[in-house]
Amino acid sequence: MTAIFRLVDVHVRFGERVVLDGVDLEVAPGMATVLTGPSGSGKTTLLRLCNRLEVPTSGRVLFRGEDVATLDPLALRRRVGMVFQRPTLFAGTVRDNLLVARPDGDEEGRRAVLERVGLPPSLLASTGDTLSGGEAQRACLARTLLTDPEVLLMDEPTSSLDAAATGVLEDLTAELVAGGLTVLWVSHDLAQVRRIADERVVLLDGRIAGAERADEYLGR
Amino acid sequence: MIASSVTTGYVGWLGLVASLALVAVAVAISMWQHLDLERSLVWASVRAIVQLLAVGAVLAFVLDPHVPLAVSWTWVVLMVGFAAETIRRRAPEVPSARPLALLALGVASAVSLALLFGLRIFPMNARTVVPLAGMVVGNSMTATVVAARRVVGELADKRAEVEARLALGQPSHEAARPYVRSALRTAMISQIESTKAVGLVFLPGAMTGLILAGEKPVQAVLVQAAVMFLILGAVATTATAMALGLARRLFTADHRLVALARPV
Repeated sequence: MTAIFRLVDVHVRFGERVVLDGVDLEVAPGMATVLTGPSGSGKTTLLRLCNRLEVPTSGRVLFRGEDVATLDPLALRRRVGMVFQRPTLFAGTVRDNLLVARPDGDEEGRRAVLERVGLPPSLLASTGDTLSGGEAQRACLARTLLTDPEVLLMDEPTSSLDAAATGVLEDLTAELVAGGLTVLWVSHDLAQVRRIADERVVLLDGRIAGAERADEYLGR
Repeated sequence: MIASSVTTGYVGWLGLVASLALVAVAVAISMWQHLDLERSLVWASVRAIVQLLAVGAVLAFVLDPHVPLAVSWTWVVLMVGFAAETIRRRAPEVPSARPLALLALGVASAVSLALLFGLRIFPMNARTVVPLAGMVVGNSMTATVVAARRVVGELADKRAEVEARLALGQPSHEAARPYVRSALRTAMISQIESTKAVGLVFLPGAMTGLILAGEKPVQAVLVQAAVMFLILGAVATTATAMALGLARRLFTADHRLVALARPV
């Protein structure tokens, strides 16, 4: 199977600090790949390379065989959506937020995408500050889904949520993967990795320390 | 009698010395309340006199009818350069503050003075060019610093939101717009409030100066109104040029937000 992302000898340095140190990685399409490892191991930076919110100091990041440096970053980001660590709803209503993602979208599409993430369409008129953390994060996911991405980058999206809201988001993601979406999820919660990962990639000090399929690491 | 004229506000040398009694009052208050500001008060007063006398001497030269108008414009250019350096020092966390301030003040001075002289609101001569440019530059400086610092502060504080917008495929100028708008409102609101309060709460400098110099109040009001509108336009132009220029500078060509220092 052709990799959806391929990283070739990727190095990232912020000043003197080496964040990624020669990473080679292939991400398979249509699966949930979880990047795990201790804090500061480079997980989030690796994720942000995939939608070009960061660029490598050296090495290449390929999306469907094309170097992301040669692609239009705005078009790339609509194909590679991202959900952040904390809910990032903008000022205004949920509808206003969905309009940012799809200014030409219709009301029916907005209602449908909220239902897809398990939120009632009545929330369209609500402002972000009236939503719970879990609802806000699902609204952010809905906003991202409105751009019809091929890949979802999830940067520890449940770190500020309680167990129930975490479970809902994990189930939603599993449904999206079953529907053909590729998910690249950052997590340092080993139990979560076991629940959601089709493949896990362990990062240590900016290097890949191991990558294995669920049947391999769950079988042990 | 210390002052030379009773009807106008003409101040003679003796009058100037006598006005130092007011500095003495400030010094006395500082000593009484143990503010430890006596040296600062005296130093500030001495500096002010020396600087104003120096400026007066240069103005006397510039206003000489035999001196070409180009000298006045050279002074304006120097003033813009000095103001840009002041803005850089007052906003140390703002990248490229000096060139952006030069550009913003240059654009605002050019636009507002072109309108003033082009519409013949004031005649263009040595007596008007330097003081009006001084009004533009001096009053725009604070708003420019506020605009620059607020743009950096807003984008640093709301980094997650800005990146969420970029991640949705918004181009950087659109992603920055709500935060730039908020910074601009903050930068301009104080000048708008001053304009609203003029005449009710305070009598502004130009008008006060004209009345003290013996000008008719109606004429003083007309000059002051034109100057206030000049300042309002200049503040809006400078702050906007600074904020938009800075917003461009804070993103890379491929729509990434650069690392930002938070204002202290």
